Amino acid sequence: MADLPNTPLLDELEKGPWPSFVKEIKLAAQKNDMSKDLLGQLELSYNQKIGHWKHGGIVGVMGYGGGVIGRYSDLPDKFPKISHFHTMRINQPSGWFYTSDVLRKLCDIWDRRGSGLTNMHGSTGDIIFLGTVTDELEPIFAELTEQGFDLGGSGSDVRTPSCCVGPARCEWACYDTLKACYDITQRYQDELHRPAFPYKWKFKFSGCANDCVAAKARADISIIGTWKDDIRIDQAGVKEYVDNGLNIVRDVVGNCPSKCMEWDGKELTVDNSNCRRCMHCINVMPKALRPGTETGATVLIGSKAPIVEGALLSSVLIPFLKVDDAEEMDDFCDVIEEIIDVWCEEGKARERIGEFIQRVGMGNFLDAVGLEALPEMVAFPRDNPYVFYDLDGDDEEKEG
Amino acid sequence: MAEEKKKRITDIGPPNYEQFLPPIIKDNYGKWKYHEIVKPGVMVHVGESGDKLFTVRAGSPRLVSTAKIRMYADLAEKYCGGHLRFTSRHNVEFLLSDGSKVDALIKDLADLGHPVGGIGNAISSIVHTQGWVHCHSAATDASGIVKAVMDELNEYFTSTKLPGKLRIALACCLNMCGAVHCSDIAILGIHRKPPITDHATLKKVCEIPTVSASCPTAAIRPATVDGFESVEVLEEQCMYCANCYTVCPAMPLNDPVNDGVSIWVGGKVSDARVPPKFSKLAVPYIPNNPPRWPEVVGTVKNIVEVWAQNARPYERLGEWIERITWPRFFKMTEIEFSKEHIDDFKHAGLSFNRTAQITHVQ
Repeated sequence: MADLPNTPLLDELEKGPWPSFVKEIKLAAQKNDMSKDLLGQLELSYNQKIGHWKHGGIVGVMGYGGGVIGRYSDLPDKFPKISHFHTMRINQPSGWFYTSDVLRKLCDIWDRRGSGLTNMHGSTGDIIFLGTVTDELEPIFAELTEQGFDLGGSGSDVRTPSCCVGPARCEWACYDTLKACYDITQRYQDELHRPAFPYKWKFKFSGCANDCVAAKARADISIIGTWKDDIRIDQAGVKEYVDNGLNIVRDVVGNCPSKCMEWDGKELTVDNSNCRRCMHCINVMPKALRPGTETGATVLIGSKAPIVEGALLSSVLIPFLKVDDAEEMDDFCDVIEEIIDVWCEEGKARERIGEFIQRVGMGNFLDAVGLEALPEMVAFPRDNPYVFYDLDGDDEEKEG
Repeated sequence: MAEEKKKRITDIGPPNYEQFLPPIIKDNYGKWKYHEIVKPGVMVHVGESGDKLFTVRAGSPRLVSTAKIRMYADLAEKYCGGHLRFTSRHNVEFLLSDGSKVDALIKDLADLGHPVGGIGNAISSIVHTQGWVHCHSAATDASGIVKAVMDELNEYFTSTKLPGKLRIALACCLNMCGAVHCSDIAILGIHRKPPITDHATLKKVCEIPTVSASCPTAAIRPATVDGFESVEVLEEQCMYCANCYTVCPAMPLNDPVNDGVSIWVGGKVSDARVPPKFSKLAVPYIPNNPPRWPEVVGTVKNIVEVWAQNARPYERLGEWIERITWPRFFKMTEIEFSKEHIDDFKHAGLSFNRTAQITHVQ
């Protein structure tokens, strides 16, 4: 293997206490000419303050429209080994759990057929294999499926769903996020691999309102664990926190968004009818407080990053869903499929569902998908008088 | 004799996660009782059974070589029966049922150059995008800025001395593959000039109506330029979102002189205490200054430290700013306020100050 290119600027990023991506590229470049050329091109970008990748290019594996992002250097003569440098998205296991064996098998495939560089993981959640040539795509896919792995989503399809660690290692998980994520991913395999939507569609599963996968900020469907009954309180545990110096009045009671808690010096009382299930008090005292036992999830719809019409946070669609109940999940999937049908029929190109709802109006959207308007769906009712009164509906009621 | 052709396998989805769960997790699945942070980067989960599971969380550059993954696998075998997991913020977590091995693992991770931390009132790893390493639309690099910022903030990763959680994210353009718009601090690559249309090739590589429809401000119109069927851009209407470039390669915006970084503050996704919030603009533009972007690093560190010194316990950056009000935030961080900070997109009026409650900073 020839020497590594001269990279004085990138070498600066090998210094310091945080692990260095430059060291990683150099590690890969010891054995791999693609990574060596990547190092050279990246140094040039650092010199010139501009990227050197060409726009897109449609490549993939047979029968799929998603899962591979075409990438080509705009300096193929200078860096021939990365003239093709495609990304493969590989659907991660729920909760990003692995064994050493399976990781080594993935590495073996990638060392033989790709750059030896990965992202563990991409922002959406996939394992990212960073950089290979078109001819290797189909062989890599065959070897991946042989090991039980499949590609993730890209483009206008169901993007790879992801979930928090859930009941595998968290006492706050209000439903089985790993199972729900796995089941939904399996149910929508066709929609995930073959882009046929106006734009991307993301499902994300968080077991409580702390939302460790940022579902409320970026998923078209954000499924957030919650509970209906009372917070479980261990008063001796509360006292232990106080005895150990917790300022319970300031840091717990004072931070409660609905002021539903009181501390009388001996006992913590909660007016559960006014509890918003925000998780703060439980976060502060995990040994003393726990979510209730009548658990499920709140389903929210429509969050996205700014492109095209501005960023949106998800808003409530279904206040309480028993995710662990198979029959309720089937009904829920029927609702999702109805929503996707309406969006595919009426949505514009590159219009996420959140933008679609903004354009057609939430009321019309609910009518179209057969859901009832509920007060939980709004922060407050409208404050303008420009109401589209539905008199036809009234007439029908009178006649009926 | 011809070899039988192997059946092509498709649509199998991811492997079932259950096969990768460590035995202690299978035994206590859904039956964890509570957890405690033992020390920075280490927590113990206690099951209703009394079983204890120790988690050691280590920072990672996200961009990792197969060589490094094999090292992780070796450590997992040495300490955790071959099991490990990754977090939603690119950290790697080792799951030990024997708490006495935690310190030896931390030492081995340190020898690999991986700090342990990111749990509780700390910064976790920075969620980020590809940047110049692998993206055609990047207005800045991602990994380089992240490395430079984390080098400076490492002490807040390896301790729990911050008032609350600190979540930083970086996206190298407005597409925001990293969905950075709800972060305590968001570092966002930006363009500042309209696309330079390649009129000679546009018609060959793009559909003109699609390009025109891609513009959120209707600034792109079909036009014949220099004899080519192409589009014209009403430059005063362009807000440099680059959606046109995403749908059409003949409309590049990348610009080594005018591209750079903006900094946004005060967002969150958790519902704890207050609902999720978007990040708001703190610094409209900092030029790209590789390899270590000292101006970006300095600005981020200053914001973190002013917050850390002044916030109440558990108060996230955005909660602190809303309590002290924005004029005091700009005063205390010595960040200049400009007209770029005032929204002029849809519903802009909702962000105007519609109260006479003012802190009157001197």
